[in-house]
Amino acid sequence: MKFRRKLLSAAAILAIAGAAHAQISGNVVKIGVLNDQSGTYADLAGPGSTLAAKMAIEDSKAILKGLKVEVVSADHQNKPDVGSAIARKWYDSEGVDVIVDVPTSSVALAVNQITKEKGKAFLVSGAATSDLTGKACSPNTIHWTYDTWELANGTGSAIVKTGGKTWFFLTADYAFGHALERDTAAVVVKNGGKVVGSVRHPFPTADFSSFLLQAQASKAQIIGLANAGADTTNAIKQAAEFGIVKAGQNLAGMLVFLTDVHALGLNTAQGLIFTTSWYWDMNDASRAWAKRFAAANGGKYPTMVQAGVYSSVIHYLKAVKAINSDDGTKVIAEMKKLPTDDPLFGKGTVRADGRKLHPAYLVEVKKPSESKGPYDYYKIRATIPADQAFRPMADGGCPLVK
Amino acid sequence: MGEIFGVPTQVLFGQLLIGLINGSFYAMLSLGLAVIFGLLNIINFTHGAQYMMGAFAAYFLLNKLGLNYWWSLALAPIAVGATGVVVERLMLSRLYKLDHLYGLLLTFGLALVIQGVFRNEFGSTGLPYPMPSQLAGAKNLGFMFLPNYRAWVIVASLLVCTATWFVIERTKLGAYLRAATENPAMVQAFGVNVPRMITLTYGFGVALAGFAGVMAAPIYQVNPLMGADIIIVVFAVVVIGGMGSIMGAILTGFGLGVVEGLTKVFYPEATNTVIFVIMGIVLLIRPQGLFGSR
Repeated sequence: MKFRRKLLSAAAILAIAGAAHAQISGNVVKIGVLNDQSGTYADLAGPGSTLAAKMAIEDSKAILKGLKVEVVSADHQNKPDVGSAIARKWYDSEGVDVIVDVPTSSVALAVNQITKEKGKAFLVSGAATSDLTGKACSPNTIHWTYDTWELANGTGSAIVKTGGKTWFFLTADYAFGHALERDTAAVVVKNGGKVVGSVRHPFPTADFSSFLLQAQASKAQIIGLANAGADTTNAIKQAAEFGIVKAGQNLAGMLVFLTDVHALGLNTAQGLIFTTSWYWDMNDASRAWAKRFAAANGGKYPTMVQAGVYSSVIHYLKAVKAINSDDGTKVIAEMKKLPTDDPLFGKGTVRADGRKLHPAYLVEVKKPSESKGPYDYYKIRATIPADQAFRPMADGGCPLVK
Repeated sequence: MGEIFGVPTQVLFGQLLIGLINGSFYAMLSLGLAVIFGLLNIINFTHGAQYMMGAFAAYFLLNKLGLNYWWSLALAPIAVGATGVVVERLMLSRLYKLDHLYGLLLTFGLALVIQGVFRNEFGSTGLPYPMPSQLAGAKNLGFMFLPNYRAWVIVASLLVCTATWFVIERTKLGAYLRAATENPAMVQAFGVNVPRMITLTYGFGVALAGFAGVMAAPIYQVNPLMGADIIIVVFAVVVIGGMGSIMGAILTGFGLGVVEGLTKVFYPEATNTVIFVIMGIVLLIRPQGLFGSR
């Protein structure tokens, strides 16, 4: 009898210990913000993304009920090898449960693979390549904020429909640029336009004059900038210098962030049309959040990438709480099940291939005279509803949903 | 209109000219490096950061003091040169007796610190600097559209480079400088204040970087990382030209600008590497550099 009781209690202890193990690893949910903290993408993601993740934890206090959540951050220097090494170290020896942000598509694709191997979770906000929900899709990854297909579809079709039929691309020579050029070219052709040429420039490039001259010689109506950050701002600035727009060609910035417009100044950037997933001045909730963010970020307003980090972490913590586990594969599955709802992106869903769905906005940069204050930069020209903003699941070629 | 290797000659002329413009920046920057190395034996890795500081100085002169581009062109190099003088007096002057490597480590570390501070303060996207109104606009040359400002860059760079070469190679002051590198004790014995001369030389080399920074501000973003991007290429230029050779730095600067420009037409993917390939070949065949002695 005594023996049996002992056995029972031992079994009970084992069961409890086992259950605790399956719950939260190390009794803490550890979020790793991995992005460019010092280079060309540091302003659009960087420390601002870390801040956004911390704000998300703060705002989740009510549901966390004592669950400990920590944030760590690191600089991947836009290099896939550096990013992979950090991801492995985080997963293997530092107890990181989820990696968020990761701009620079080449790095994101590498982290995507490692996360899948390790069965952890990966919430992409900064990277653009639509391959993350296409041929590289993973049961451990959600692509949150935007992607190349969305940008191409929003901006590309709007421009072709208003008469920009022939295109020449200036493309950043790495995974992101290639994906953006491919997706945009497809939209251009589908809408009856034509791609007359492209040139791939090294990443990063300071002087675009050679490439702009080639674009000029192509006589294309539209020069598509399939690049980002300082590359885009330098190209736009130098295009003005070479009188490209005055001579009748137009620029299409395929990926432009709030920080880029800020860096260019409205004088140079006015009239630029592009697609964004989020803008701070949309409703009371987004304005209030942006003001709070800017106050803690040296006055710099949030980009869509940073807003996406906030939104994805909010949803992640909800899912962790719902299943009481931080097992990567399970949490991602739960995140796909739960509808999303947060102050920045409103209500939305996560699709089976890992694509988060929300509306996209076609915006135009204001004239200096229209801007009323700091960071008052965009006019929203059109809203593309969530069900049309992103690539249909069937076209992506994601092996998970075949 | 004819074609060369499938590229219309019109386009080719344009690219040659653009190469020359970029070469102007390489020449101005490598010139400063060559002066500093040739006369002080210091490998000045802070040069990129000092170039960036020149651009920022222009930005502040415009936005805080309301002084336009032309004032900046005169004042920013002086301000940046003055910081160089401080660095030389406080730190570099203690290293002359040691191996090159120490100077390199110090200047490299300084560059990282300066860049880090600027990035922390101003972010990495950069700040806008307007084109001076006198140089806005462009001329149609028939084969290309040449912005007036770019033409000015070539002219200014040629002026600065020739003047520097002339002072160092053809004047009495230059003779003192060269003599002081060969045998400082002897020159000092003739009553020349050698340490002060060396300090001012470093200040001048740094001022050249500041000048290039002001020149760059209206074309590129005023960006804390602008120096880090260009400095590696400029070092390759100096190595190819021959460490310490003034004329070598100038000619190689312009020459490599043109080579890089042509690469952008024929095989743009190799733009970042072509200069290093040339460096490798030159080091194999002529280790002292194209214009170096010894």
